[in-house]
Amino acid sequence: MQNFEYIAPTETITAAQALSPHDGVTAVLAGGTDLLSLMKERIETPTRVVSLRNIRALRGVHGTGGALRIGAMASVEGVLGSSGASSYKSLLQAGRGITAPQVRAMGTVVGDLLQRPRCWYYRNGYGLLAMHEGKSLVPNGENRYHAILGNKGPAYFVNASSFAPALISLGASVTVAGPEGEREMPLADLFRIPASESERENTLMPNEIVTEIMVPSASGWRTATYEVRQRQLLDWPLVTASVAVRLRGGKIADARVVMGHVAPIPWRSSEAETALKGQALGESAGEAAGKAAVAAATPLSQNQAKVQLASVAVKRAVAMVA
Amino acid sequence: MSSNKPCDGPVKGPQHEPRKGFSRRTFIEGVGIGAGAVGAVGMAPEARADSSELMGPSPVPITLNINGKSVDLKVEPRVTLIDALRNQLDHTGAKKVCDRATCGACTVIVDGSPVYSCTLLAIEAQGRRIETIEGISTEDSMHPVQVQFVENDAQQCGFCTPGLVMAGKVVADRNPPPSMADVESALSGNICRCGTYVGVRKAVYEAARQGGA
Repeated sequence: MQNFEYIAPTETITAAQALSPHDGVTAVLAGGTDLLSLMKERIETPTRVVSLRNIRALRGVHGTGGALRIGAMASVEGVLGSSGASSYKSLLQAGRGITAPQVRAMGTVVGDLLQRPRCWYYRNGYGLLAMHEGKSLVPNGENRYHAILGNKGPAYFVNASSFAPALISLGASVTVAGPEGEREMPLADLFRIPASESERENTLMPNEIVTEIMVPSASGWRTATYEVRQRQLLDWPLVTASVAVRLRGGKIADARVVMGHVAPIPWRSSEAETALKGQALGESAGEAAGKAAVAAATPLSQNQAKVQLASVAVKRAVAMVA
Repeated sequence: MSSNKPCDGPVKGPQHEPRKGFSRRTFIEGVGIGAGAVGAVGMAPEARADSSELMGPSPVPITLNINGKSVDLKVEPRVTLIDALRNQLDHTGAKKVCDRATCGACTVIVDGSPVYSCTLLAIEAQGRRIETIEGISTEDSMHPVQVQFVENDAQQCGFCTPGLVMAGKVVADRNPPPSMADVESALSGNICRCGTYVGVRKAVYEAARQGGA
């Protein structure tokens, strides 16, 4: 690991001011479960690390005022074990997929959102887009875990967050602090598909910090997350789907369907949502939503199987809320 | 990477006189929200250090609480807890294997939770209770989890064993005792290439039945 200078301020604003406005110069340290590995591989080589551990305001998990607020330093275990999170079923189901107690104790929920892609090209030093002579190596390379949606290129990796699909389906927003103050945005707007190697997969400025996730009350919503897994423990899921629906007169009035591990961003499927609306909750609605969710899928050379897996994940998530 | 000087920071008892200047700095880590508790702002003691100060990249004096003893040492900010333990403090029980927060051989207990010591900076472990495998037994008596590892033939080459024992200790100490599914889940962050999982699970399950620690 390249050496660095270290600072652990007690105020968020001081932390933001200690960050460089230029990409790759400084890094924010929370749980460290992703950052330290990236630094050991020299994929991240910050000359300064800004730790959030002394900022008290970022530690809490609050279930007040009908909403759940998750601070940037709240661990996975802390959130899943909190009474405030107990009414968000899809969130708890998503979190249960993170099994290693070490990761649950050290890793933060905000860190889960901001973890860099698990794409093996990226992790092995080929860059975020794995570009070689003007073309990405992924479409004709080893791509069995790569994107089946949102993959027009040059980005083919998948967003690996466990919590993002559930949080987006629950209507979550995030607060972002920079050196000049705070801004809020829907969680979905935190993610983007990079168009070039100079862009990241999120919309943060290099000197911004996600300080809090706000999840509105899930009252009236039925929610579920279903993960398709190769290994039950330790590994990431192959595909995941989170569903939130609200019924009126026995029919689905509102629906949100978000898939994970299928695209470079958590993938909200308006097609699946349309398929659900107006239907009675049941097997046929789930079947239709699953089909619609992957109707526009464009699998790569090795990941055709993920189309079926994604369809089944949506179908089963709908079955879980029925 | 880290300085390899043996025993850079001698182990001192709690009665050791207060340290001077920079090393008096106490970083108080907050919350450590346990299952079932709502972590709320205000649970943690006030962070007393004026920590809005740049440290490093040259070695920085730090204080760690290891197995109930206060230890002074100097580390570059990049030094991980496993490297500080093994290279500077002669605590070589925890093993550095993958060094990427995956295999679990480096597992130690921090504030009651199992953590990957390869992925915690030593500088960030200040103000926290660190327990290593060296601290859970004496010359004369092994910890119940260790006893059950012997009884249940729970190791082969033994390289993953210290990490598995520490991860197992956390769940075995739980009250009420964990189910076998709880044990499997609690050990899921540790890999054994010899494949001793069946024995390890039985050992931890049995130790928990006998009251853990």
